[in-house]
Amino acid sequence: MTPTRKRRLILVSLVLAAVAAAAGLTALALQQNMTYLYSPTEIEAGHAPESARFRLGGVVLENSLRRASDSLKVDFVVTDRFREMPVEYTGILPDLFREGQSIVATGTVQNGRFVATEVLAKHDETYMPKEVKDAIDKAKSTHADAR
Amino acid sequence: MNALTLWFHKTGSPPTFYRIAGVLVPWCYGIGLVLGLVGLYGGLVAAPRDYQQGDAYRIIFVHVPCAWMGLFAYFFMAANAFVALVWRIKLSEILAMASAPIGAAFTFITLVTGSLWGKPMWGTWWTWDARLTSELVLLFLYLGVMGLYAAIEDRRQAARAAGFLALIGIVNLPIVHFSVNWWNTLHQGSTVRLIGPSKIDPAMIWPLLTMALATHVWFFGSVLARTRTGLLELDAGKDWVRRIALAEGARRD
Repeated sequence: MTPTRKRRLILVSLVLAAVAAAAGLTALALQQNMTYLYSPTEIEAGHAPESARFRLGGVVLENSLRRASDSLKVDFVVTDRFREMPVEYTGILPDLFREGQSIVATGTVQNGRFVATEVLAKHDETYMPKEVKDAIDKAKSTHADAR
Repeated sequence: MNALTLWFHKTGSPPTFYRIAGVLVPWCYGIGLVLGLVGLYGGLVAAPRDYQQGDAYRIIFVHVPCAWMGLFAYFFMAANAFVALVWRIKLSEILAMASAPIGAAFTFITLVTGSLWGKPMWGTWWTWDARLTSELVLLFLYLGVMGLYAAIEDRRQAARAAGFLALIGIVNLPIVHFSVNWWNTLHQGSTVRLIGPSKIDPAMIWPLLTMALATHVWFFGSVLARTRTGLLELDAGKDWVRRIALAEGARRD
């Protein structure tokens, strides 16, 4: 390798290392204050902003969904399996919204209830045919019965 | 000079590369097309419906391979830019710049298909979570590289400047990939994993991998075709280009 190329190689590698370090530190810093959502536990601990809009994330508690008969208003409870947060929302829910499903709701806390202006369903990374899902559920329930 | 370096220099010389690429391009396009058709048939027709999303999940057979290609094309571009910056190899400059628009197109398709899927499934076209935002930054990096390359008159200086931007932007790749693990995002985690079991049924994964293979082969066909044009433009006026132009002219008469 000629000296010029060697010098260029070292220079480019150093720039690359510096940029990587800068990006790494930025990512690390953002990890602490870039929060897409808060869980009910974090809200109870007072981490969420009090009178500002923020996102609430968690699972829709089973058997907690109540739909109003005369409007699009729905009430449900979001839980992280430690703490719970009652949510109310008026509007159309996404396809993947169901009890036991992860959701992200945007809104504010008013009198201990989370009033959402937008409800998004979070999808998990599992893909399988319905038959496989049924078989797994069946195996699970028989396993539970056996115990 | 040993045999390997000699081979490397020979293949890297514009006339030789132009000829070899000319042979490879139709093969890449052909294999890519066949694999793509098989993958699309497998994904859109043969694969079973998803237990939660029904048929709507089928967009992953386009979305995920394109997302992988967006990242792969960037890596390919940055690696070539690195070689071009250090060793000043003409071919690497052309290869790097040829892959930018292709990568940008794949990234654009990823964003559009994701958005189309996001509206019915999540309930929104767009959200500023870490994965979506970093993918958008990836698209802007591609556009920046293309813009910078087009803005400078001297082709070789332009390639070096744009290559430097491409190289620096490589820090975004791990951010795109790991954003779903590092931060709470609306976007789900990785379904297909190199390490550990994938979270997708075998009946659904083979079309996905076929599509991934198809897009890779297609990418190389596209890069090689663009590189051939790039080499002709850069070496316009040189003897080997003149010979090709004359032969082409004679064939058309």
